[in-house]
Amino acid sequence: MPAVLIDDVHKRFGQLEVLKGVSLNVESGQVVALIGRSGSGKSTLLRCINGLEAINSGRIEVAGHVVDQDQKKLRELRKDVGIVFQSYNLFPHLTVGQNIMLSPRITQNVPQAQAEKLAREVLAQVGLSEKFDSYPDNLSGGQQQRVAIARSLAMQPKVMLFDEVTSALDPELTGEVLLVMEKLAKDGMTMLLVTHEMSFARNVASTTVFMHQGKIWESGPSQDVFGNPQTPELRNFVSAGRK
Amino acid sequence: MQTFGWPEAMFIFRAAGWTLLLTVISFAIGSIIGGAFAIMRLSRIKLVRNFAATYILVIQSIPVLMVLFMSYYGLSIIGIELPPFFAASASLAVYVSAYLAEIWRGSIESVPFQQWEASSSLAHSPAQTYRYVILPQAIRISLPPTVGFLVQLVKNTSIVSVVGFVELSRAGQLVNNATFQAFQVFSLVAVIYFAICFPLSRLSRHLEKVMNASRSH
Amino acid sequence: MQFDPVLAESDLILSGIWLTIWLSASAIVLGCSLAVLLVALRTLAGRWAGIVVDAYVELMRNTPFLIQLFMIFFGLPLLGIRMSGVEAALLTMTLNLGAYSTEIIRAGVESIHRSQFEAGVSLALSRRQVFQYVVLQPAFARVWPALSSQFVLMMLASSICSFISVQELSGAAAIVEQRTFRSFETYIIVTAVYLVMALSLKVFLLWLGRKLFPQVSGLSRLDAKAEAA
Repeated sequence: MPAVLIDDVHKRFGQLEVLKGVSLNVESGQVVALIGRSGSGKSTLLRCINGLEAINSGRIEVAGHVVDQDQKKLRELRKDVGIVFQSYNLFPHLTVGQNIMLSPRITQNVPQAQAEKLAREVLAQVGLSEKFDSYPDNLSGGQQQRVAIARSLAMQPKVMLFDEVTSALDPELTGEVLLVMEKLAKDGMTMLLVTHEMSFARNVASTTVFMHQGKIWESGPSQDVFGNPQTPELRNFVSAGRK
Repeated sequence: MQTFGWPEAMFIFRAAGWTLLLTVISFAIGSIIGGAFAIMRLSRIKLVRNFAATYILVIQSIPVLMVLFMSYYGLSIIGIELPPFFAASASLAVYVSAYLAEIWRGSIESVPFQQWEASSSLAHSPAQTYRYVILPQAIRISLPPTVGFLVQLVKNTSIVSVVGFVELSRAGQLVNNATFQAFQVFSLVAVIYFAICFPLSRLSRHLEKVMNASRSH
Repeated sequence: MQFDPVLAESDLILSGIWLTIWLSASAIVLGCSLAVLLVALRTLAGRWAGIVVDAYVELMRNTPFLIQLFMIFFGLPLLGIRMSGVEAALLTMTLNLGAYSTEIIRAGVESIHRSQFEAGVSLALSRRQVFQYVVLQPAFARVWPALSSQFVLMMLASSICSFISVQELSGAAAIVEQRTFRSFETYIIVTAVYLVMALSLKVFLLWLGRKLFPQVSGLSRLDAKAEAA
């Protein structure tokens, strides 16, 4: 069974239909990049997968959970599906360590000592062991985003979603975040990422999906999508990205 | 023992009229004094500025009840014996002046500094700048908090019985003492206050919304 | 002016000061707890709970403290609920401050950016847990100055409890005045005491705010980032 199954999903905001029948499967351990212009529906699709947006019709299954607006079921789903946002969204009143331990402590009843061990592990994974007691505001944007990734990893998710995680960062800080993500990919994490980093999509993602006007316009192995685009829209998009 | 009936209710309604009149008069006197303090608070002369700031801080840091006592006994010590209504109005006016001065100072200061520069580069005198450029804008900004303060004033008129004046609350107390029907009596009193204050609260909030909407353009 | 007769009653004034402090401190703690509960209800429970909370807040904010005090002190005994003046004073202060604080804290909660809520639920927190662990403390931090002003106003308004013969500072002053016939002197001293208490409370709350919410300064920066994103 695929790790993520998306079947004919439609999503409207009022009159505006942003997803017009999207279907996509992601296998376990696969890394899939979603690319496209802003407004193409790629972020909305990602947010539908963990239930932040409710879909109007169609079906989504992720890590064995059917996406549903029932709050209890959603919570179970979200224990298995991590998401990292563009604006990091760390909790400013908690230290890095507390940010990471919060959810394991209160949603999975992990004992304090064990939660702390776990937090230190994931923090080491993103290379920020020394920041355990810092507050988010004393960290650079890149460091905050790496903590946000660690915070999701502490839930030991089966699938990770990344929503333009480097878009808010200064160019010199994107590298450190992408490096962490690349390492995750190599370790076999199932990842679905919305990104503007074309070279990252091309080199790290096994599959790239090009979205346009609320539909999957073109998809396939990343090398093919970038090397041999079939549609004029993707050709335009790829060449615009090269400039 | 008396029961709570029409005559008692009418007595309370008449007293509500006094509450309104007291509010209007003390607001009028208080706004004149408050306006003066607002301008003094923004004076270029440090002594004047500090005097006004101290006045505002002190009045805002003591109970309204004490403001009433102090102005009432203060006036009588310098030989001014006022009838209860005027004693109550004058005492409340002192309280009003400090709060309005602070609200209005804030409003004047929140007019962008560039407005001063623009006006003086058009060769307006400081007085002309105040009159034609700053005040019209400051008044708009000050409207929501001023109306909001009016609600506080209406509610605070309830304690002027300490200087011997019978308004809505005191009337309620008198009727309660005669009838021992506290729920009926004070419910009526509360409903009357609510009927005065609630529309003012809504107006204040509405003005604030209008102001925010126009500012974001 | 003669202050000596008034100063001779300093024991009475001192006990009045203590009662004022005790009433104010208790009302602040209880009123804030009530407010947090009501804001939680308004945020998490259904539409009807919200309407009830709003109605309560409007009712308290648009009627005088004195009338609320009379309702409770003279009215509740008619329902068989007897309480002393001090108890009635504390209950009224709690209900009154609770309403004002509800309004203030609600505004704080609404000012927290949506993205914080989304981050919370995405970590599998329930709506209640997001409110409790993610939203509440930053909201408190943001409205602490407004809350502080309200606390000071409540302390000052506690003087109104002297209307039902509670011997807090103002009530004590009334007794001193009757005993000494030195009205102006009594009220000068008591007013000065209130002034010192109000200014001390302001300074204390400022200090407490810095202690409780060391990350306050960061919150505005967080907003700026969220706006930019």
